[in-house]
Amino acid sequence: MSITQKNGGDAAETPAAEETPQDPEDTGTAGKSDSEELGAAGAQLSTQPADTLAQAPGLGVIGWARWMWRQLTSMRVALILLFLLSLAAIPGSLIPQHSDQLKVDAFKKAHPTISPLYERLGMFHVYSSPWFSAIYILLFVSLAGCIVPRTWQFVGQLRSKPPAAPRNLTRLPAYSTWHTDATPEQVTAAAERALRGRRFRTSVTGGSVAAEKGYLREAGNLLFHVALFGLLIGFAATSLEAAQGGKLIVEGDGFTNNLTQYDDFSGGTLYGKSDLKPFGFTLDSFDATYARTGPERGSGRKFQANIHYWNGADGKPVKGTISVNHPLSIGGEQVYLISHGYAPVVTVKDAKGNIAYQGAVPFLPQDNLGTAIGVVKVPDALGKDGKPDELAFRGIFTPTFALDNVQGPHSSFPALDYPALILNAYHGDLGMDAGLPQNVYQLDTTHMTQLKDDNGELVSKALKPGDTLTLPDGRGSLRFDGVKTWASFTISHQAGNEAALVSGAAAILGLMGSLFIQRRRIWVRALPSQDGTTLVEMGGLGRSESARIADEIGDVALQLQPDAPARPDPDEAPDDDGPDPDQPPGNPAPQTADEGARA
Amino acid sequence: MNIAAAVNENFANYSNYLIRSAMFVYALAFLAHLAEWVFGARSRVAVQSAALTGEAEQKSAAPGVTVKVTARGGTTTLERPKVVTRASASDRGIADGPGAAGGSEKGDLYGRIAVSFTVLAWLLHFGGVAFRAASVQRAPWGNMYEFSTTFGMVAVGAYLVLLALKKDVRWIGLFLTTTVLLDLGLALSVLYTSSDQLVPALHSYWLWIHVSCAIISGAVFYLAAVGSLLYLFRDHFEVALTAGRAQDGRWGDIMRRLPSAATLDKFAYRMNALVFPLWTFTIIAGAIWAQAAWGHYWEWDPKETWSFITWVAYAGYLHARATAGWKGRKAAYLALAAFACFLFNYYGVNIFVTGKHSYAGV
Repeated sequence: MSITQKNGGDAAETPAAEETPQDPEDTGTAGKSDSEELGAAGAQLSTQPADTLAQAPGLGVIGWARWMWRQLTSMRVALILLFLLSLAAIPGSLIPQHSDQLKVDAFKKAHPTISPLYERLGMFHVYSSPWFSAIYILLFVSLAGCIVPRTWQFVGQLRSKPPAAPRNLTRLPAYSTWHTDATPEQVTAAAERALRGRRFRTSVTGGSVAAEKGYLREAGNLLFHVALFGLLIGFAATSLEAAQGGKLIVEGDGFTNNLTQYDDFSGGTLYGKSDLKPFGFTLDSFDATYARTGPERGSGRKFQANIHYWNGADGKPVKGTISVNHPLSIGGEQVYLISHGYAPVVTVKDAKGNIAYQGAVPFLPQDNLGTAIGVVKVPDALGKDGKPDELAFRGIFTPTFALDNVQGPHSSFPALDYPALILNAYHGDLGMDAGLPQNVYQLDTTHMTQLKDDNGELVSKALKPGDTLTLPDGRGSLRFDGVKTWASFTISHQAGNEAALVSGAAAILGLMGSLFIQRRRIWVRALPSQDGTTLVEMGGLGRSESARIADEIGDVALQLQPDAPARPDPDEAPDDDGPDPDQPPGNPAPQTADEGARA
Repeated sequence: MNIAAAVNENFANYSNYLIRSAMFVYALAFLAHLAEWVFGARSRVAVQSAALTGEAEQKSAAPGVTVKVTARGGTTTLERPKVVTRASASDRGIADGPGAAGGSEKGDLYGRIAVSFTVLAWLLHFGGVAFRAASVQRAPWGNMYEFSTTFGMVAVGAYLVLLALKKDVRWIGLFLTTTVLLDLGLALSVLYTSSDQLVPALHSYWLWIHVSCAIISGAVFYLAAVGSLLYLFRDHFEVALTAGRAQDGRWGDIMRRLPSAATLDKFAYRMNALVFPLWTFTIIAGAIWAQAAWGHYWEWDPKETWSFITWVAYAGYLHARATAGWKGRKAAYLALAAFACFLFNYYGVNIFVTGKHSYAGV
């Protein structure tokens, strides 16, 4: 049993109570009461499926399958699936996801007990996990099972005439009546004209006009749900065909679009190496300006990478710029500026005095003021005995050096005002020969020893550009030559964008149609009455949210006055109880019919 | 986008003065609303309210009352025919309450004063936001302080628009002035950020489109959430009333003056349905911006995820409201949960979760 709620005009009515008990087979639909009270007239004002509790399954596999299908396509289950979908999306927003592997690794390190469980549950890749997929696939199957029949039903409604007037128009939510001297034919003709003028679909049968309007509501509803499938297809295309890679480039260096050039690369199943388009670019310089004053001192004001790019194996280099929000399109691929930082240029000499390493080493910024960490690895260094004695330096780079007791050496401003490089030195085995890929920004010190000076203090020195750190025991030196900037880019091959965008736009249009347009029916009946005049009856049926049907009936009635003028003293409505809302209890009030349509 | 624009300190100061003045006037409006509720209390109009309660009880005993409405309008020569509506505004036959003033003239006067104060406060509030925008020469919603002040302004603006459209929504007044005061207080004390330029990531015209739509959606969702919350209270009250339990206490006296549960439910639905397409657009606009800025239209960034969760929750509400067994209280709980998701997306995600939407401190 449910309570069926009914709403009419809000401004101009006093409420009446209505409680319609219905048997469970018919919960929520008004089909039954309509067929009793209004006939076909009240039915099919929407194609929304009857929200039925499916009967207990019959025997056999087919019975069960049918029962399951009915369950799945019911609104109740769809609601539960929607609820589950939003619940299932939550963990992915709180637990780091595999798209940011660094954070995932940090999380695993910090939570060693729970991480294996999370791993098994797919918590680090929620949105591609089986359970998340299961929910949305079920939801879409449910949706398909719902909208396909609805579409056919709607097409059928469009092809048929508006349903004929119910026997008793006074039963309708809005009703008006008057006597006129015009003939019934004149009245119906005028009514049809008036309703057509209001863009109703009309049909005249036996002295009454049936009219319906607002089909776009249903169309919008269907469009919205179909657009959701479009979005799904767009998403699928994106995840299957799109690809993207990241590349960090130091000022002066370049990049050619080749898999080996990427720092990291991820592509959809359908994206192959051969799909990489031949293009490249060089980073000429990087412009960064920062707020020098104000509350957001140090936050960026402008970031721009100045590049030369070429398209095709032997394309001519062209000048271009890439900044945040303004990616560059090269040969159909998009190049985005992601981040930037500094790369100290160092020259490392080994114990033999040979230059074992020379070049710029990108340091990764750790805060908004530019304090960056990094590692210089020198696998080619030789010891005094001529045997390999690998060197490594780990430390921080500060574009504007500052020192205090709390933070230690740090940067106080992200621009290169007073650059300094603070390094510790190690020697031993970098472990790079093991053949395992190593993170260039991390140092594995398992087989390395930190160097100490003659007093037993750890070697640590803050270098200004031009300064040299001399290692103890004649192990070599590191010279801080200068600073270059680097910028990192995402090169992305895009797919499915158009499908997603068009579907998104269609979804909004559909939503607007389905939420803002009222579908409603108006019937006008003109019957000769005994005194020789014509009785005009007019009834309107809108959806439960519609408050305007009464106004519309009033407008149409007014519009009919020139053709069917009301006689001076029109009869009262047959069941007019008068404007008195304080109807005494016990007065047999008519039970109203349900409107028959929802949402 | 005007990177080089020096921040105009004067404008920023005007903005702060105006926001503080607006808070002062909102506080006056709050007090006036309080007076409205106090003067409308049962003791002052005991006779009248007794009659009202009696009427409600009577009607609940007589289901299916048909009501005639005569709307006279049109031209002088034509009389608009009578339209009989037989629908009901309530499933229980309980009429809308008389409003906070409870039929007392003094209460009504204070209610009107409160609305006047609200209008004045809103003008000051609007000025504050406008000067902030002039001071930074960009959309005034680049950080949480600015978002909060604009959010409050739009919520009050939406309420005033409803009043101007002659909708009977003065019952929100007390709740709205209270929450706007809280919102502005929180913005000034906790979230305050001096006016400044934005990080380059926000230099896009999508800031105007995406964030303003988010603000409008949120403000209207908020009004709807107040409607849903009061619906739950009032529904509880009406159930007790229909069951014949007397509701004479102070709580009952407050409930009695609210619109009927059906009206509140309908109000909440209309607000939510009105703004749901805009919220959908907000998310899609965000996706387009994300495509331009980060190379992906959807990356399950925490903010994106929570927008999606909010969207699904509201979609669930819109469906639930039309589904037997879910409409009514369950749907209202869903609407509140959906708004809670919106709030978490704003405060929770900004403060506790780091993602690509983390800009400018908080």
